[in-house]
Amino acid sequence: MALLSENSGRSLPDYETQATKMKSFSPYADNGGSVIALAGNDFCVIAADTRLSTGFSIYTREQQKLFPLSSKTILGCSGCWCDTLTLTRLLTARMQMYEHEHQKEMPTLAVAQMLSTMLYYKRFFPYYVSNILGGLDEDGKGCVYSYDPIGHCEVTKYRAGGSAGALLQPLLDNQIGYKNQEGVEPVALTQEKAVAIIKDVFTSAAERDIYTGDSINIKIITKDGVQDSTFELRKD
Amino acid sequence: MENEEKSILAYNGGAIIAMKGKNCVAIAADRRFGIQAQTITCNFQKIFEMGSHLYLSLPGLATDTQTVMEKLRFRLNLYELKENRKIHPKTFASMVSNLLYERRFGPYFVEPIIAGLSPVTYEPFICNMDLIGCISPSNDFVVGGTCSEQLYGMCESLYEPDMEPDDLFETISQALVNACDRDAISGWGAVVHVIEKDKVTVRSIKTRMD
Repeated sequence: MALLSENSGRSLPDYETQATKMKSFSPYADNGGSVIALAGNDFCVIAADTRLSTGFSIYTREQQKLFPLSSKTILGCSGCWCDTLTLTRLLTARMQMYEHEHQKEMPTLAVAQMLSTMLYYKRFFPYYVSNILGGLDEDGKGCVYSYDPIGHCEVTKYRAGGSAGALLQPLLDNQIGYKNQEGVEPVALTQEKAVAIIKDVFTSAAERDIYTGDSINIKIITKDGVQDSTFELRKD
Repeated sequence: MENEEKSILAYNGGAIIAMKGKNCVAIAADRRFGIQAQTITCNFQKIFEMGSHLYLSLPGLATDTQTVMEKLRFRLNLYELKENRKIHPKTFASMVSNLLYERRFGPYFVEPIIAGLSPVTYEPFICNMDLIGCISPSNDFVVGGTCSEQLYGMCESLYEPDMEPDDLFETISQALVNACDRDAISGWGAVVHVIEKDKVTVRSIKTRMD
């Protein structure tokens, strides 16, 4: 009688097994990281920090987040690291297929369009990656492409992305884009100035963003090749 | 819970900074009042004069901004009548903190910023606090509002210690305006107060209006 009144709406009482319960599975992780790319007339500088973290812990202080895809194109990734690995693995495979089919290296514009398509292909289970692509176009001019996780693509002259993107971008607007400055004649960006600004803004971002720090990796793309350098950030 | 409170604090939008200079402080705010994405006015006051060298700003929910300001003005008047002297910014910060903590479990949705000079020594003081009154004094700058990330990025790069009033004005303005331009619910004009021992300069700044 008691059993009947307790389970009035159901025919059988509930039971529990002793097996471990499945908690809801989350397919994404946020591993942080920030990327900046700046384009000049005959070069492109792209930089990323080297900290890989989750929550309050650090996996490694020396993770490269820049992926040279060709001699003129470099991709910077931050966000869910496992998605970054999968995406870049597929990208390099697709680029090899292009090279074999067309007997030439894939130009930056084509890489940019392909990346957008590959991201949108996963529209309803996206790669959780914030991508910034830097390179030289077919005239040898610097160009920067930035993406959202589902493949929206925009061409710019300067872009910051990743966990400290919001901290870095307004400063680039001001210092590279000469936004809100009156009576100042914009001058073409030089490699030295680009690198100096990148070092400055990353140092600032590392002060306030716990997912950005340790050091940065800077790659300068010119027609003569890629020049690599590092710069130390705070490690706490 | 956290998301819910964030959305209340981001219901009206706004951006505030205060900065310390050499024998001076500056406090700046945007002028927008809106409801989520819809802008209502471009002349909303967010910085309040609480004394000759004391300024208060209350970014957050606009209705609480005004309520809290009026409650504080009332308590400040009682203090100054009873004590017959000007309040110190640090004391005022404690007063704000106390008022907010009285509503510990049903808070006012404001994250106050206080900037001023000591009425005795004219020493600069700035601080901010969370919505339940945890005070955090600062030696350089404090920021608040919906674009605090952008403001931190700007301030960390542009700020240097011991600036003269004119430099301080330029720095705080550039930090505010460029940060607001990357936030959809802040901007639409700005106002900057530079507080020195024997004068306070108030300037309105034109910004992009989109």
